[in-house]
Amino acid sequence: MSGLRLFWRKSLNVVMLTLTGVAAFAVVSVLFMILGYLVWKGGSSLNWNFFTKLPVPVGETGGGVANAILGSMKLLLLAAVMGLPIGLIAGVYLAEFGGKSYSFVIRYTTDLLNGVPSIIIGIFAAALFVLPVHHYSTFAGGAALAIMIIPITLRSTEEFLRSVPGSLREGAMALGASKWRTIATVVLPAAKGGIITGVLLALARVAGETAPLIFTVLGNQYWTTGWNQPTAALPLVIYNYAISPYDDYHRQAWAAGLVLLALVLLTNIGTRFALSRGASGGSN
Amino acid sequence: MSATATTIENAPLRPSRGARAFIHRLRNGDEIAHIITLVFASTILLLAILLVCILWRDCHLSRAQFGWAFFRTSTWDPVFSQFGALPFIYGTLVTSVLALILSVPLGLAAAIFLSELAPRKISDTISFLIDLLAAVPSVIYGVLGIFVVVPLMRTTIGPALKHTLGFLPIFQGPNYGVGFLTAGIVLTIMVVPFIISVSREVLLTVPRDQREAALALGATRWESTWKVVVPWARSGILGSIFLALARALGETMAVTMVIGNDPRIATSLFSSGYSIAAVIANEFAEAFSDMHVSSLIELGLVLFLMTFILNGLARIMIIATERGGGRPS
Repeated sequence: MSGLRLFWRKSLNVVMLTLTGVAAFAVVSVLFMILGYLVWKGGSSLNWNFFTKLPVPVGETGGGVANAILGSMKLLLLAAVMGLPIGLIAGVYLAEFGGKSYSFVIRYTTDLLNGVPSIIIGIFAAALFVLPVHHYSTFAGGAALAIMIIPITLRSTEEFLRSVPGSLREGAMALGASKWRTIATVVLPAAKGGIITGVLLALARVAGETAPLIFTVLGNQYWTTGWNQPTAALPLVIYNYAISPYDDYHRQAWAAGLVLLALVLLTNIGTRFALSRGASGGSN
Repeated sequence: MSATATTIENAPLRPSRGARAFIHRLRNGDEIAHIITLVFASTILLLAILLVCILWRDCHLSRAQFGWAFFRTSTWDPVFSQFGALPFIYGTLVTSVLALILSVPLGLAAAIFLSELAPRKISDTISFLIDLLAAVPSVIYGVLGIFVVVPLMRTTIGPALKHTLGFLPIFQGPNYGVGFLTAGIVLTIMVVPFIISVSREVLLTVPRDQREAALALGATRWESTWKVVVPWARSGILGSIFLALARALGETMAVTMVIGNDPRIATSLFSSGYSIAAVIANEFAEAFSDMHVSSLIELGLVLFLMTFILNGLARIMIIATERGGGRPS
């Protein structure tokens, strides 16, 4: 009887532990399936035209998404110019100056802002910059992405500033440096690598955002000049082409998806590699 | 007169120490730096408040017109300016709950494997790959949803479910490939990484002696994990589930591309439906009447509040677990 019970408990142990392993590998395999499928479907449509030409009507060959690539770059530039200073400086406040309760409020708000669905950020940007002037603009899309960048940069900046050893600060202060000089000349340079990593990851994250762009920048078949017109963007092109009924467009959607995914994954892998090398280099 | 005289006389002699220290620090630049960074940090707070105010202000038309009936009626007719949110709320909840039912066992199992069984190096590598999965843009999940999951649903998964569980009302009716179940499956893949990475972190904070005590009492590895480690971390795990739910509720692109975009309330999971985020994505740019825009913004406000509350609860639970452990009482 007790032998049977022991057998049952041991079998349950083996079965459940195996299942947990299966679950973990199943989830990881999804990543490779996504990657493999995109390479298989999109790889063949990647060519010089894809990166340098404007879109062409269905049926013609040789079109590309050059305007969308440029549009995405402009949007990221806007987001970086508007969002990064706020995220970085607010991060310095939380790590170096903040007291207890107000910092908690800021940190909590940041986390909540980070969890707001991107489509809501899109509505917010549209309500501020599109509805009052009655036209779509690159600027409005950049503003939406900037709002999304702020919480991500803020938390990563804070984290990396906190990981700078206190002895460095004390050393600088012992030499008579004021607090802000300590931060500007000792703490920030020490955390530089980490902060840049955080910025790159934040940019990679918003580069793939589609929802906040639909009704702020709208999309465009042509080159956009300036910041006040509707513009094309890579994620929008993927979305519009994928839901269109044409095979030509589907192929381009796969290719654009592959480009976007490659950018995002390479940024993530690259920064991870740089960080781990920096960490081990620092300890030697 | 004498009072003024004393102040003037005493001023250089007895300035308050606080004021002098303040002037001194001002000269160093410390106070200025403090104030500048404080202003930038406060921008976050202002942004959040502004977000709520703008959403509230811009949906006053539909709030005034429909009141609470907005949430009870299910007609969505831009032509006749009749707007009821029920089908969208239903679609959002059904797809998200479906995603949770599928992703919680999968995610929790994977997190247990990573924190309890796998050697640290393997665990870190797999966790990194799972973080990459979380970084994949949602529009790419949407593309894969349209071209892979939808056909699979139409030809394989759907018929198999009908064959085995067809007696349940949720698996009856025509199956076109798009619909609640497809959206739920795509959402599952998207939120599983969040459950895994947060749960793993929380499980790793469970003290080692808890596991050792259970093993010393003769528990098997699984029993020590399931009856001691998981209950210890339960509020943190619940937090990770809330985070995942908030993410699923607000997910836009992937759902828009596979849910069918048809505002109806159906029992069958094969039926096409609509979600709040999807209707906003599809109609906001083309809304021609102010009432239509206002109704869409009110939907946005509803979605915002749902995710806001869930995220708020989740953060508190995770913080509580990491600080002291959700000790089983």
